[in-house]
Amino acid sequence: MRFIRDVWTVTRKDLLIETRTREIVLTTMFFALACVMVFAFGFVREGRPVQDAAAGILWIAIAFSGTLALGRAFERERQGETLRALLISPIDRPALYLGKLLGILILLAAVELLVVPMVALMFQAPLFDYPLLMLGLIAAGTLGFAAVGTLFAAMLVRARSRDVMLPVLLYPITIPVIIAGVRGTAALLQPEADQPMARMWLSMLVFFDVVFVTISLWTFEPVMTD
Amino acid sequence: MQKLFTPLLIVVAAMFAYAPIMILNAPYESTMGLVQKIFYFHASLGMAMFLAAFASGIGSGVFLFTRRSWADHLAVAGAELTSIIGFLVLVTGPLWARKAWGVWWQWDARLTSTLVMWMIFNAYLLLRRYGGPGSERLAAAVALFGMANVPFVYWSVNVWRTLHPKTSVIPSLVPGMRGPFWFCVLAFVLLTTLLIAMRTELEKRRQQLDELYLAAEE
Amino acid sequence: MPVDFTALRLTDVSRTFGRRRALNRVSLTAQAGTITALLGHNGAGKSTLLSIAATLISPTSGTVRYGDLDAERGGAALRARIGMLGHDLYLYGELTAAENLRFFARVYNLDAVERRVDVALERAGLSARRDDIVSGFSRGMRQRLALERALIHEPRLLLLDEPFTGLDEAAREALRVRLRSAREAGAIAILTTHDTAAIEHLTDAAVTLVDGRLAA
Repeated sequence: MRFIRDVWTVTRKDLLIETRTREIVLTTMFFALACVMVFAFGFVREGRPVQDAAAGILWIAIAFSGTLALGRAFERERQGETLRALLISPIDRPALYLGKLLGILILLAAVELLVVPMVALMFQAPLFDYPLLMLGLIAAGTLGFAAVGTLFAAMLVRARSRDVMLPVLLYPITIPVIIAGVRGTAALLQPEADQPMARMWLSMLVFFDVVFVTISLWTFEPVMTD
Repeated sequence: MQKLFTPLLIVVAAMFAYAPIMILNAPYESTMGLVQKIFYFHASLGMAMFLAAFASGIGSGVFLFTRRSWADHLAVAGAELTSIIGFLVLVTGPLWARKAWGVWWQWDARLTSTLVMWMIFNAYLLLRRYGGPGSERLAAAVALFGMANVPFVYWSVNVWRTLHPKTSVIPSLVPGMRGPFWFCVLAFVLLTTLLIAMRTELEKRRQQLDELYLAAEE
Repeated sequence: MPVDFTALRLTDVSRTFGRRRALNRVSLTAQAGTITALLGHNGAGKSTLLSIAATLISPTSGTVRYGDLDAERGGAALRARIGMLGHDLYLYGELTAAENLRFFARVYNLDAVERRVDVALERAGLSARRDDIVSGFSRGMRQRLALERALIHEPRLLLLDEPFTGLDEAAREALRVRLRSAREAGAIAILTTHDTAAIEHLTDAAVTLVDGRLAA
């Protein structure tokens, strides 16, 4: 019980800061939109978006803006060295990890609330035809990405070259998430949506999430202690 | 341990000297002809790469949870060899593919997961080099995650598309080919193990040097 | 299970970072109800020693004992009895003074959170500014707030890294007063500084580090 309370204390503090400044959520949202636009121009042929581009662009935008949000969120803990204060405190390391993860997820959910409709609009992609499956894919994919990202961003807080190291480390490891997300989304966007296929990708994502959240919880303590 | 290095190196060198002879005498493959012969090195390199990556993954895991220095030495040695051998795999592969199937690259399961694993271990080395102090632990976590990741990459790309000859090509090898194939595999595995051991030893020496520096300051 | 101790004992503590030896067989004992000063130039190893005492870093060799416990056996309960004031103050610039205190009170699982926050704000002399964002505070104000944050859970071991830096004389005197009251409450206080004048008539013991070693 204490564990859950600690997780919520950390998350609540992050949400409090974010609702007050709105810094990360706003900048990330605009970044995601800019991403989508840049890719749209890259993949437009004869004034029409290339087929299947929508799924890819959506997930790339999520990956890029997720990386940005993670970097900014932990940059905050670097100023004032508050991450150290939290590590000195009696909070369980796994609770600290989960608290930060939850905060990032809520942030990314807010960003996706904007990006998904934008992509649907700009690419005339029927993203809302199968809302539950779509929601599942996005939620599971974001969780997988954020789970690994939170651990890496936390461990890089005191490292040099951390800005470039985060994507360098994160992207190869989250390739399965991107593949599953894109293929699952693309399956739903086809003229005759392939629901079983999408469901299969969704289950892979869920499996990935379980494995990687577990590994992250397990390795957070040894990685963060000196 | 070190005493074995020189004799084993000689054995490996001899094996590599003999290998081309075995390969030349092996039967031609029906469809691909001479080009197929690169397979003996390419597939062996692939196995060697996984061996090195596995060694690095194990070393990283042990190091993260027990902080034993030998584990860290093994991890970095394995990672460096994964990077080098991986590079060779990713060069010999396309060379073969271009001649055999007309394309330099394909996004199938085996190729993609090999590429991803190679990238992960390059990231490992970059982190150790440029991450500043304490990056050994961070890199160890990356290696662990990387290892856990590979089956997922493999599976997801496999479901997506496949062009690469399946692993099952090995049992179906013509008898004349099996000899040279396993000989090459043995040669590469021996070489890789030797190189990992030597590199680990080198890393251990480097740490001993640090300790001597510290002792000298006393 | 709550943990308590009456002495901090460092025995032959060494810490190396690759080729650099930050601490070289340092031994130090500090009892409850005392203020110990850790002196030395920049780079002498003072911050490293403090981080080791705070359980942030483990020593390469030697032992650190909190009463009978060491950092590993003490775990979270031990950390609940340690308070630290770092050089970077450990405050969230985007939150108000009250919110910072409230957050850390919750982190330390304290009861009567609001009352403690009020008391801490009063002690820091910041009751009037409780709902102001910390990034707008002066260095002295932030220092006072950070000190109260470090003390809000009434820690047994209080570690302060260069607490007198950047303070004017009035602020320094206020800090001295606060430290004396903490000492009276039985805390083990260890502070680092390279300014010997600031700690006159304050400390019960002083230890000097030179290049990671204890100076005789």
